Amino acid sequence: MYNFDFVKPATVDEAVKALGDEDAQALGGGQTLIPTLKQRLASPSKLVSLTGISDMQGVTKDGDSVVIGGGTTHRVVAEDAADAYPGLAGLAGRIGDPAVRNRGTIGGSLANNDPSACYPAAALGSGATIVTNTREIAADDYFQGMFTTALEEGEIITQVRFPIPKVSHYSKIAQPASRFPLVAVFVAQYAGGVRVAVTGASNNGVFRWSEAEAALSQNFAADALEGLTLPADDMIGDLHGTAAYRAHLVGVMTRRAVTAAS
Amino acid sequence: MPKDGGIGASSKRREDIRFLTGEGNYTDDINLRGQAYVFFLRSDIAHGTINSIDTSAATGMPGVVKIFTAADFEGVGSIPCGWQVTDKHGEVMQEPAHPVLASGKVRHVGEPMAAVVAETLAQARDAAEAIVVDISDLPAVVDMKDALKADAPKVHDDLKSNLCYDWGFVEENKAAVEEAFQNAAHVTTLELRNNRLVANPMEPRVAVGDFARGTGDHTLYTTSQNPHVIRLLMGAFVLGIPEHKLRVVAPDVGGGFGTKIFHYQEEAFVTFAAKACNRPVKWTSSRTEAFMSDAHGRDHVTTIQLALDAENNFTALRTDTHANMGAYLSTFAPSVPTWLHGTLMAGNYRTPLIYVNVKAVFTNTVPVDAYRGAGRPEATFQLERVIDKAAIELGVDAVALRRQNFITEFPYATPVAVEYDTGDYVATMDKLTEIADLAGFEARRKESEARGKLRGLGVNCYIEACGIAPSNLVGQLGARAGLFESATVRVNATGGLVVMTGSHSHGQGHETSFAQVVAEMIGIDENMIEIVHGDTANTPMGMGTYGSRSIAVGGSAMVRATEKIIAKAKKIASHLLEASEGDIELKDGAFSVAGTDKSVAWGDVTLAAYVPHNYPLDDIEPGLEETAFYDPSNFTYPSGAYACEVEVDRDTGQVTIERFAAADDFGNIINPMIVSGQVHGGIAQGIGQALLENCAYDENGQLLSASYMDYAMPRAYDMPFFDVDHSCQTPCTHNPLGVKGCGEAGAIGSPPAVVGAVVDALRSSGRDVTHIDMPLSPNRVWAAMQ
Repeated sequence: MYNFDFVKPATVDEAVKALGDEDAQALGGGQTLIPTLKQRLASPSKLVSLTGISDMQGVTKDGDSVVIGGGTTHRVVAEDAADAYPGLAGLAGRIGDPAVRNRGTIGGSLANNDPSACYPAAALGSGATIVTNTREIAADDYFQGMFTTALEEGEIITQVRFPIPKVSHYSKIAQPASRFPLVAVFVAQYAGGVRVAVTGASNNGVFRWSEAEAALSQNFAADALEGLTLPADDMIGDLHGTAAYRAHLVGVMTRRAVTAAS
Repeated sequence: MPKDGGIGASSKRREDIRFLTGEGNYTDDINLRGQAYVFFLRSDIAHGTINSIDTSAATGMPGVVKIFTAADFEGVGSIPCGWQVTDKHGEVMQEPAHPVLASGKVRHVGEPMAAVVAETLAQARDAAEAIVVDISDLPAVVDMKDALKADAPKVHDDLKSNLCYDWGFVEENKAAVEEAFQNAAHVTTLELRNNRLVANPMEPRVAVGDFARGTGDHTLYTTSQNPHVIRLLMGAFVLGIPEHKLRVVAPDVGGGFGTKIFHYQEEAFVTFAAKACNRPVKWTSSRTEAFMSDAHGRDHVTTIQLALDAENNFTALRTDTHANMGAYLSTFAPSVPTWLHGTLMAGNYRTPLIYVNVKAVFTNTVPVDAYRGAGRPEATFQLERVIDKAAIELGVDAVALRRQNFITEFPYATPVAVEYDTGDYVATMDKLTEIADLAGFEARRKESEARGKLRGLGVNCYIEACGIAPSNLVGQLGARAGLFESATVRVNATGGLVVMTGSHSHGQGHETSFAQVVAEMIGIDENMIEIVHGDTANTPMGMGTYGSRSIAVGGSAMVRATEKIIAKAKKIASHLLEASEGDIELKDGAFSVAGTDKSVAWGDVTLAAYVPHNYPLDDIEPGLEETAFYDPSNFTYPSGAYACEVEVDRDTGQVTIERFAAADDFGNIINPMIVSGQVHGGIAQGIGQALLENCAYDENGQLLSASYMDYAMPRAYDMPFFDVDHSCQTPCTHNPLGVKGCGEAGAIGSPPAVVGAVVDALRSSGRDVTHIDMPLSPNRVWAAMQ
């Protein structure tokens, strides 16, 4: 780890100001950034912790939506969103292990947009709105490829607003070493249709499986997916799974998510 | 009725109190006054020529004490290899030099090129980043068969090729084996890979060097399984420090699994640098460094063939293995695929003719050496897998095929040079059949199928050779060391004992089980006995702990020393009791005269030894302290039968272990609880190898699995409840305790059972699968189902 300055502002405004410094870097739960710093793969001049901002904490129900502060840990989401949005709480409760869930935050996960992270699947699969200090971004516009998002330099995710579906489920097969998703699928059924978001599989990061969405919107049952397959072309191939295997798993996990949700 | 102390009691592990309460004293807990820290600049390429190393900018960085490169080690010896193998043509193996810091070339990712000693680790690291290494990439050899091609790049330019040795065993059997294959009614051939593993002990390696200028004494604190071996290898061969001026201390060590046997460059470096810098120098491996500098394990590619007659009797066995040595020869690397592997190829079976060929190959990868089981898992895996495949091809029951070919008479001289003294393979298979409820398997399979899962059963046997010895034999086989063990028993005046053993405990619980043995022999409470190990300054020369040798060899030395103590104590007692020495009996901690009620307590005798007022000073010396060195006459041969049941997810290929049973014959047992724990841990590592662990390189020699993000360690979550039994006991005939050793059995016996179970599950759904290479990742199992 290289030396850096550390600040822990109490308000979003202070945080935005602190992030205006050259090479300043926002710090959520640090579950990715801290190991990166330890390996000396990043050298920010200043870390701006977002965990001291009370406005960015907690889970609230707002009409047909669940609103989660950007600094809320996975554990809090797993516990406090369980009644309002059990599919989302179920996802949060299966991220990593207890140590990760007690530190990692939803804003940190979405800002990082790891192609194998869990939360991007929930946000995209729910058609969530990413609320920042300057604007609101629809999930469909937010995710722009592996580790790439619509966030501008210094922009902070203050809230994430999830429309509550009729039913939902997140099915995951874990990569044996890291326990990140090898492939995972978030399925949510709304009055306006079904959304299917896939993480862990694609070289382009989280994506919606539109053919499956169309079929499931007609008939929300695993059988509706019969015969639907994804091409392996853009799938991740690595030590733990070939592209063809991952393409296959997308189908399996989608069927399982539908079955568990219905 | 369970005993509450002594041999056979499940005494609680006394060392766990300090381990579990944070009171352990591990090497990283040692911090010496004025200590500096070293950071090693390691190669990030697999193979290259070092044109220059420019340390000028780094030298002036804050906190830098001194920067070392290979130039600083001129006149320093090569890291030695402790075993020389002679090949099938009578030629000795090719043995490259192994410098402390890379000299001229780098040969694997992670090889240290320069070392920065600084006031703090961060400063050392900062300065290392300012070192400019001009290096020209060379093509790397990673695949063993590619490495043996005529035009392959050479790992060592001064060697003839990348072939370390081409070993044939038993060469004289080769023609007869060929003939038996020609006359066979059936031949089964299996090609397989024994996957490369990283040992991953919980505690990474650490070394602290110290030098006392006033006395010229060197001290090395290190995470070692065998401090005396390190003292001898490093002192005599690398640094030229006589043993009386070099102390090596291996305090509490957090697991070794073989990878802490070997002498490593970092140990030599800190010892050397402590003198050069005139202050203590400390190195603590990061986990990343551990992945690319701890010796790896396994990595064999094998073709095995089994010949059978028309009645399905095994008539011959032939195996051809390529064994990866990595870039340099680690301490015992050459012995692992040869004498620890070829000699075990008979397994539990009456195969009259066996020929083993092993080609050891240099590649641009981390050195490979012994890992829990060391050669024996590789032998067991291929043998048990080829038997399973033969059973499939012949359409016979695999357990029945094994039973039909079991060795049933002992002692049994195998065609691969070793003689099994005892064993009862029918008994362990019978016991396994009972505890694994093999009869109930079909019902469990139906129940799994009703839930949509495939279920499979794998059953196999194993034999291992433990207590590696005797010295004169291993010397003939190429060992450059003796393999005896030692103990000094010091009885204090008030009756307590200190046993100083040459064995080393790094998780095995010796402090408990060794004390049980002495307590039993004297008839006193275990708590009167302290076991001391791990410091060359206060223990007799010992060869350390590996190869499940501690109780069989180290325990035997302790028994011999204790016998000497008892003999002398009886002399003292006979004097005190005014009786003939031959009439003195020792029971329950008291000496009595046979046939009388005259007795004297243990503590009275020990006090007399040190306060010899009423004492036969004309006949015997005062004091009560004895040393024994024990060199056994043979290996010991634990054996057993293992059964694994798995469920396989048809859609994902995910495997879950549903049941696992192990029936082992370890001979006599000192502490059944500790033995069960050893078996549990071994099985967990075997399941890890079979399902999860995979040390992978890409074609350029980059280590792909260099962290826990990609190297999958087994977790408690992956394990079922283990049904283990060690009630089948055929005691070893040639050591005083009748013990065989239990440390590696689980890791040896379990991988073939897991693979066999998955293959069986897939076959139950009609797929013609006979083998899948480890680790059986979901992807590989799914691919086998397509």
